[in-house]
Amino acid sequence: MTERPRLAVVGAGPAGLAGALAAAARGVDVTLVDAAGRPGGQFHRQPSPALGAPPRQGHTWERLRTGLDRHRVTHLTEHHVWCVQRDSMSFLVHALLGPAQDEGVSLRADAVLLATGGHEYVLPFPGWTLPGVITAGGAQAMLKGERVLPGRHVVVAGTGPLLLPVATGLAAAGAEVAALVESADPGAVPRRFPDLLVRPDKLAEGAGYAVRLLRHRVRILTRHTVVAAHGTDRLEAVTVAPLSPGGRSLRILCDTLAVGHGMLPGTDLAETLGCTLTGTAVRVDAEQRTDVPGAWAAGETTGIGGAALALAEGHIAGRSAAARLYGRTPDPAGWAPAARARSRLRRFFAAVDAVCAPPPGRAGSVPDDTVVCRCEEVTAGEVRTAVSTLGATDARSAKLLTRAGMGWCQGRMCGPAVAALTGCPLTPGRRPFARPVPLGVLAALPDPDAPAP
Amino acid sequence: MAKRLTCDVVVVGAGMVGAACAWYAARASLDVRVVDRGPVAGGTTGAGEGNLLVSDKGPGPELELALLSARLWAELADGLGAAVEYEPKGGLVIASTPAALSALTRFAAGQRAAGVTADPVGPDELRSLEPYLIPGVAGGVRYPQDAQVMPALAAAHLLRASGARVHTGRTVTGVLRAPDGTVRGVRTDHGDLHAPAVVNAAGTWGGDLAALARVRLPVLPRRGFVLVTEPLPRRVRHKVYAADYVADVASDSAALRSSPVVEGTAAGPVLIGATRERVGFDRSLSLPAVRALARGAIGLFPFLAGVRALRTYAGFRPYLPDHLPAIGPDPRAPGLFHACGHEGAGIGLATGTGRLIAQALTGKAPDMDLTPFRPERFDTEGGESA
Repeated sequence: MTERPRLAVVGAGPAGLAGALAAAARGVDVTLVDAAGRPGGQFHRQPSPALGAPPRQGHTWERLRTGLDRHRVTHLTEHHVWCVQRDSMSFLVHALLGPAQDEGVSLRADAVLLATGGHEYVLPFPGWTLPGVITAGGAQAMLKGERVLPGRHVVVAGTGPLLLPVATGLAAAGAEVAALVESADPGAVPRRFPDLLVRPDKLAEGAGYAVRLLRHRVRILTRHTVVAAHGTDRLEAVTVAPLSPGGRSLRILCDTLAVGHGMLPGTDLAETLGCTLTGTAVRVDAEQRTDVPGAWAAGETTGIGGAALALAEGHIAGRSAAARLYGRTPDPAGWAPAARARSRLRRFFAAVDAVCAPPPGRAGSVPDDTVVCRCEEVTAGEVRTAVSTLGATDARSAKLLTRAGMGWCQGRMCGPAVAALTGCPLTPGRRPFARPVPLGVLAALPDPDAPAP
Repeated sequence: MAKRLTCDVVVVGAGMVGAACAWYAARASLDVRVVDRGPVAGGTTGAGEGNLLVSDKGPGPELELALLSARLWAELADGLGAAVEYEPKGGLVIASTPAALSALTRFAAGQRAAGVTADPVGPDELRSLEPYLIPGVAGGVRYPQDAQVMPALAAAHLLRASGARVHTGRTVTGVLRAPDGTVRGVRTDHGDLHAPAVVNAAGTWGGDLAALARVRLPVLPRRGFVLVTEPLPRRVRHKVYAADYVADVASDSAALRSSPVVEGTAAGPVLIGATRERVGFDRSLSLPAVRALARGAIGLFPFLAGVRALRTYAGFRPYLPDHLPAIGPDPRAPGLFHACGHEGAGIGLATGTGRLIAQALTGKAPDMDLTPFRPERFDTEGGESA
């Protein structure tokens, strides 16, 4: 009997699940590796079983969940992958186990599908480190996973397609949403209609959220931004200012600010593996292959575009990987519907991106005493000094001269702000370890000189 | 008719060595400009640990330069110490076995004869100097002259204090030479800089700059990984390393050799470095390298097994075939001065190098004999290369 080829899928969100199912259905031995205790990723995040709450419903989710059981996909939960390594003929996926992440495990595979998603970022403003200020995605995770409200009086702010569902979800769960503050200009939408209309369903979804917010009497402020959060021990109010000249600032009382300025692709594993990036995303071909042979990528890691796009990309990646692992050239006609969805969604989200770009210049104009890197407590003024008097001209030298981005999060949060203050384009940071690794785990890695098992 | 001069001297390279050359040249009243294709500290300087070591060097010209440099670093620290995180913490070299201890003791005796302070330390005193050190080692030697700086900050602050004009993001594309061969400045992608003297402080890329002046300087890269842990309260007080490090520095082996220097930093993280491999300019992560670093560090400090590494980075240490830097005027191209090829010791040796270069630029007698560092010493035929 010949052994089935092994595919390791990193990430159990929509892209990883779709890829795992597509490959497993075609005879591949699939191992799905994910940091969470349950599949779904952020989008299909399920309530904690301890809550005894009914699972979220939905056709897509049902299909994915039952598919996992039917196709005998090995699902390794609470495996935090810190590095994927390629040697002569196969891949080693290195992970840390459980919530403690003290122990390591290494998994061998013939191919990998990187579906590592993205992470949210927040551009700093005075007071953004106060307790009570959380990310929009964090508020959503609390709501979906723990069924708890982050606060009673909430302002949702920033920009991007995540804000609408977050505000709607909070309002529906009983929070008083004092305002939704979106920096984008709705006036820019008509210009993008041709691109947005390729997915009228998505456009309608957005409009539906807006209608529900109005029904909850949530005030929607567009072309506005939060310029300061106030409070002594914790958040008490925010100041919101118009982005157009002439308007007046207003102060809104709240105990919680859920803020997000967008998402960045999670490219750490791909970058260390040697995959070429385009901008901040992993570059893939029409089959979702990276330029490292045997490595596929799908979902937000190849560009931010939401769950539906991730599903389409994951499906294509899984089918391509299955064919290639069996030595066949895949026939793209087999995944034509997914490919069609992919191209339309990419076009749609490129237009959304253009509308929802964070206001230019804001991140670079925060006051000197505002902390931009909270891990290392580096202020905007320190970054400016490094640029003006010490010769920092890019994000790396700004980091070396200020320590911004050297702390626990390794610049995932402050990267965009430091780039803006340095006046250089945002480039993905080089993070050989996708998460902190105990030295004992590094020391216990397989001996490179020992014969392979 | 000579072109109007831009300045007295152009230093190519805004790393630690270039910064030190600029500083000492400016103090000798020269008008200095510094050019770098990247930012300040963008090359090897930004990828090192900031070791100022005398302990790892046996008697000879490099040790003499290290002792001169250590004195100059202590002088500089008077004004800049806090800004550059200068810490005269001292080194502690550990011998695990009696055999290693006797080799270390002999080595230290030679160093003492050359002017190094090297105090033998028994196992009990070791425990009081480094309470978290693994028990049961044979002994060690303490080197109070070893110190530490944050290299990128050191380069940036020294450049700034020098008053030199710094042109970052500007690539040198040629070395200008008169018909008689004399160097007259550099050509860059943003215009020419005319000067009667050019200092090659291009580090790992020093061979390329030499080639622009049509002289040969065989600088090669040696890759070194450094591991950085999460911030910790100070538990490692000195620069601590195992005695076999000394053998590695002089090693001609291309294979991975590692006996990591372990040290706490002012900012909190413990630094563990560095490996030494000859693999060209390959920056990709080597798990065997970080595995070796982690094993070596845990071998000295067992508590580190439970401490997390936040990141690792690689740098390319520039070395010359005889493991000595090139320092001084190049007789093959009058007006060209070299200050590169310091391998893993460039931060430590920068101050002495800068002073010697300034002395050479101003025609003063050098503080030490430059003969061992002659840049033309690798020319077997003695002439210019093509």
